[in-house]
Amino acid sequence: MNRFAWAHARGIAEAAAAASTTVADAMAAPPGAGGDEMSIVKAGGIDLIDLLKENLLVPAKLVSLKDIPGLDGVVEEQGGGLRIGAMTTLATLADHSVLRRRCPVLADALRGSASAQIRNVATLGGNLLQRPRCWYFRAADYRCLRKGGGHCFALSGENQYHAIFDNGQCAIVHPSTAATVLVALGAAVELANAEGAQRQVLLEDFFVPPHRDVQRENDLKPHEILTAILLPQLPEGLRMAHVKQGERDSFDWPLADVAVAFDLDPEGSCKRAAIILGAAAPVPHRARTAEAALRGRRIDEDTARQAGRAALDGAMPLAKNAYKLPLFEVLVRRAILAAAARQ
Amino acid sequence: MAADKTTRSETFPSGIASVGLGEVEREVPLDDPPPLPPNAGLAVIGKSVPRQNGRAKVTGATRFTVDVTLPGMLHGRILRSSLPHARVRALDLSAVARHPGIRAVLPVARPEDPVAALVRYIGAPVAAVAAVSQSAAEEAMRLIHVDYERLPFVADMDKAREPAAPLVHDAASAPQGSASGFPAPRGLPLNGNVRGPASDSRGDAAKGFAEADIVVEGEYRTQVQMHCCSEPHAIVADWRADGVTVYMSTQFTAGVRHELAETFGLKLSRVRVIVDGMGGGFGSKSTLGAYGRIAVALSRQAQAPVRLVLDREEEQMDSGNRPGTWQRLRIGARRDGSLTAISLLSYGTAGVALGAGVGNMAQALYACPNFTGAQHDVFINAGPGCAMRAPGNVPGAWGLEQAIDELAERLAIDPLVLRDRIDPSAVRREERRIGAERIGWQKRHAPGADPGPVKRGLGVAQSLWAANVQTNSACEVRVMRDGSVEVLSSVQDIGTGIGTVMAQTVAEVLGLRPEDIALRIGDTEYPAGSPSYGSRTTASITPAARVAAWRVLQSLLREAALALNAAPGDLIARDGRILVRDEPGRSMGFGEAAARLRTDRISAVAARGDDYGGFRRRMEDAALAQQDLGGVQFAEAAVDTETGIVRVERVVAVQDCGRPMNPLQIESQVHGGVVMGLSYALFEERILDQHTGRMVNPNLEQYKLAGAGETPAIEVVLLENYQGQSATDAYGMAEPATISTAPAIANAVYNAIGVRLRSLPMTPAAILAALGKIPARS
Ligand SMILES: Cc1cc2nc3c(=O)[nH]c(=O)nc-3n(C[C@H](O)[C@H](O)[C@H](O)COP(=O)(O)OP(=O)(O)OC[C@H]3O[C@@H](n4cnc5c(N)ncnc54)[C@H](O)[C@@H]3O)c2cc1C
Ligand code: SF4
Repeated sequence: MNRFAWAHARGIAEAAAAASTTVADAMAAPPGAGGDEMSIVKAGGIDLIDLLKENLLVPAKLVSLKDIPGLDGVVEEQGGGLRIGAMTTLATLADHSVLRRRCPVLADALRGSASAQIRNVATLGGNLLQRPRCWYFRAADYRCLRKGGGHCFALSGENQYHAIFDNGQCAIVHPSTAATVLVALGAAVELANAEGAQRQVLLEDFFVPPHRDVQRENDLKPHEILTAILLPQLPEGLRMAHVKQGERDSFDWPLADVAVAFDLDPEGSCKRAAIILGAAAPVPHRARTAEAALRGRRIDEDTARQAGRAALDGAMPLAKNAYKLPLFEVLVRRAILAAAARQ
Repeated sequence: MAADKTTRSETFPSGIASVGLGEVEREVPLDDPPPLPPNAGLAVIGKSVPRQNGRAKVTGATRFTVDVTLPGMLHGRILRSSLPHARVRALDLSAVARHPGIRAVLPVARPEDPVAALVRYIGAPVAAVAAVSQSAAEEAMRLIHVDYERLPFVADMDKAREPAAPLVHDAASAPQGSASGFPAPRGLPLNGNVRGPASDSRGDAAKGFAEADIVVEGEYRTQVQMHCCSEPHAIVADWRADGVTVYMSTQFTAGVRHELAETFGLKLSRVRVIVDGMGGGFGSKSTLGAYGRIAVALSRQAQAPVRLVLDREEEQMDSGNRPGTWQRLRIGARRDGSLTAISLLSYGTAGVALGAGVGNMAQALYACPNFTGAQHDVFINAGPGCAMRAPGNVPGAWGLEQAIDELAERLAIDPLVLRDRIDPSAVRREERRIGAERIGWQKRHAPGADPGPVKRGLGVAQSLWAANVQTNSACEVRVMRDGSVEVLSSVQDIGTGIGTVMAQTVAEVLGLRPEDIALRIGDTEYPAGSPSYGSRTTASITPAARVAAWRVLQSLLREAALALNAAPGDLIARDGRILVRDEPGRSMGFGEAAARLRTDRISAVAARGDDYGGFRRRMEDAALAQQDLGGVQFAEAAVDTETGIVRVERVVAVQDCGRPMNPLQIESQVHGGVVMGLSYALFEERILDQHTGRMVNPNLEQYKLAGAGETPAIEVVLLENYQGQSATDAYGMAEPATISTAPAIANAVYNAIGVRLRSLPMTPAAILAALGKIPARS
């Protein structure tokens, strides 16, 4: 790891002005480009320091967001939604009384991510912006497509942890577990730039699939700070569940995770459903055919099973990850039944 | 003969305590102590004494090698090959030599030498530097220019066996020896990338198979496992005009001292090796190693101390590993279960090195008149394997213990009943009985019988391991005039707590408490102790400690005898006092007796004697005891047949180690062995990218180790197995504790789902594939 300078921003605009580039832009640039000037935003640093240690990124300066007032915490908003500061740690959120009351599924998903030590440091904003875990991406020896090179090593290589959907160019899976749940709930992100301009984007649209740009996972712009995650008011009686399966129970990303949310009409038929698969595709994957399979139907073992099968629509497994098909099929079924069982 | 007799006859307790003890007569050297009674009759030995350095460890006070800093210390770093096979055409060290922070530069690959110009795996050392800081050393890596000529490589064992495969070695560079673990006979044939076979046979296997009513045959595969010591390989080398002192995380201080003397042409008296705290080794820290030689050479060149600590990626790529194996086992049996023949064919790969055999499980665990075995090593362009906790027998057990279960099922005999019929060991018979009761074997159901998607199963597997002894292990015990006591030996505490066991041994003899004994270990200034490998440390050092303590006690008793007006032979040491055997009223404190010493201290040094009943085999400074070690482990596993996840819920481990010296510490060892075996069974695997030859998971994130969440309830039962073989009658168990875990889990998985997993690790993908749940790709 090389030496770098260190700055504490006091305000959002100051931080945005100081951050010369995003990690994605910096890593896609040809080696050596922008080296002397490059300054990058740091939240908890769990992902960022990893990239530095592997010499994947050689910034001249890190700009810490820790001292910016008002960037953490959970606020219940007028309209019934929740505003989560980007700098709130996963540990804080996992135990937060408001979040536990209003959205226990998200709190539980965060509690089940990474490990206790990591959750104490990692922030929700950093979690959504973390870079993928593809082992070729993480090794400096491989200058792959996503890092500005010309070739994906995973497609014909070791792809057991890679994507089964949308994997034609680059087969990463999106690494954020929180994102699976947040997309299912229709969350948005709030971003601010150095001029004080703000924008809000639906999280689902904020993520960038490979065909739009293979070198970034999201639409964060240079000189932009992620300030908050906005959860809309959840309809009365919304049924939700998140299930995940890792090889190990902790200190590990899931092999597959599924978030479902649906509401029922008075007759018990499904009105709307969201079914999102994590660790399945380069961005959180909306299983549209499975959503359609629930709509208008009563939720029982049979519908859940059909939705599980429908969730695989469009899947194209690689040589070593076909096991994810039966895994997602069962997790979708289990998630639907778990949500239905909740009152 | 009677006139110059050097031994006397003694009667020792003998047998398994839980079965019933008998007696055995042994001839023992005249100045050895009397037989040690069974544990039930002892004050300190056999008790669960907490390790002396436990508090220091958990409070961070322990000094590990990585914590050593010396004045003027430099930082070493190794430039490693980024190609799996290449010829170094030119190595340009001129730029790095000009760097102001660099104090020593060492070429390792040598372009001018046809053999030393070649690098054969990613991570092979090419050059090294010593710099004033770690960051300067890292900068230096970018200033070294290597001109590589790429050579074809092979990173897969099966491909390496094909006739047209690129050659990893030629006849001159290929290491000599066999696949059968150790010791490796030289002169085995080399065919392409294959060294071997190392053959072994008895009886007539063909005839045996012809006589069989049933033959089971199966192919078993094991992956490459990494040692993953929590403390990385680390050394601080301090070369001075008058000799070299080396601080090193090593399993064998005395051995490293010899290697240093030989490598650098020094007298032993000029070499000192020190290790204080140690965070594991598992076989990967048995020798000086390339990185050790590099650090010492850098220190010699710089004339300053050099610290060299491998990072995790270097650990994973170039500090050893457990070789991967493939084996085909055939077992023939009669209807009553008696075995008629076993045949074993194996190929394994230790990368560019040797030692990828599957051990002696198939040859030696069960009674079978006919055996034929052929084991082979296959070279590939990958980091060298080395000994790792029970080398050979771990993959060996993976095959054999599943094959025996398969045979039991085909014969419709309970797996434990079959083992009762074919396993000649009385020790394991008792271990099976105890374990079956603990795990609740009677509730075991037919394979796959659980309703519902999550199915549970019970499995068993056994282990076999030679009881090793290091015969040149020595130990000194000193009594000071103030009554304090020291025990000294170069033996190192690899993490097992051997020092505490030595303190117990000495305290038992002197009638003191273990905490009264000061430990001086891990330094070659003291008498040369045993290595911490081959499960031999306790077996080797505790008899020496007891004999030394006994001899120094005799000197002390002579002083006390004068004061107490008694014959020395009538005195005993107990509860901190010296007393007259039949008149406990006549006594004096241990310290009072010591105060009467003429000199500041008295001392005795003793070496490990031969086993009283003789050894089975001798090899220079090591030997094999008559009776093997082993154990039986039972596992209860739950398999989610929809997700493929295996969770091990319970393990019962029944192990033997002769006399258990400290049950608490032995249990820790068994816990470690079980977790390591479970991790091997379910998670760990070195994954090499086949297009580049690079390990894609050289870290502890994607190289997955079992964590607290995956650790089952582990119940340990220790047999007390007395044989009257040494002053303590203690043997080892750290390696057997990991041999049977993976096959016990596999047998439990089979019992749960009715499908046998013959390849490691048993990942969700492997389970789902075995269950036929993965659709064929279009
Ligand atoms: C062993 C292990 C297991 C893990 N398991 C899981 C898991 O199961 N599920 C899961 O979801 N994650 C998992 N993680 C990932 C971990 O949760 C993330 O790395 C962490 O949440 C990142 O948050 P951070 O605050 O440390 O981000 P940082 O590392 O500080 O930042 C991440 C990136 O976001 C940028 N950034 C951060 N905050 C902002 C902001 N407010 N505005 C603009 N840019 C910003 C930084 O520049 C950087 O590029 C695991 C990590 C490890 C090491
Ligand atoms: S999957 Fe994406 S990140 Fe991984 S090697 Fe291919 S292009 Fe690179």
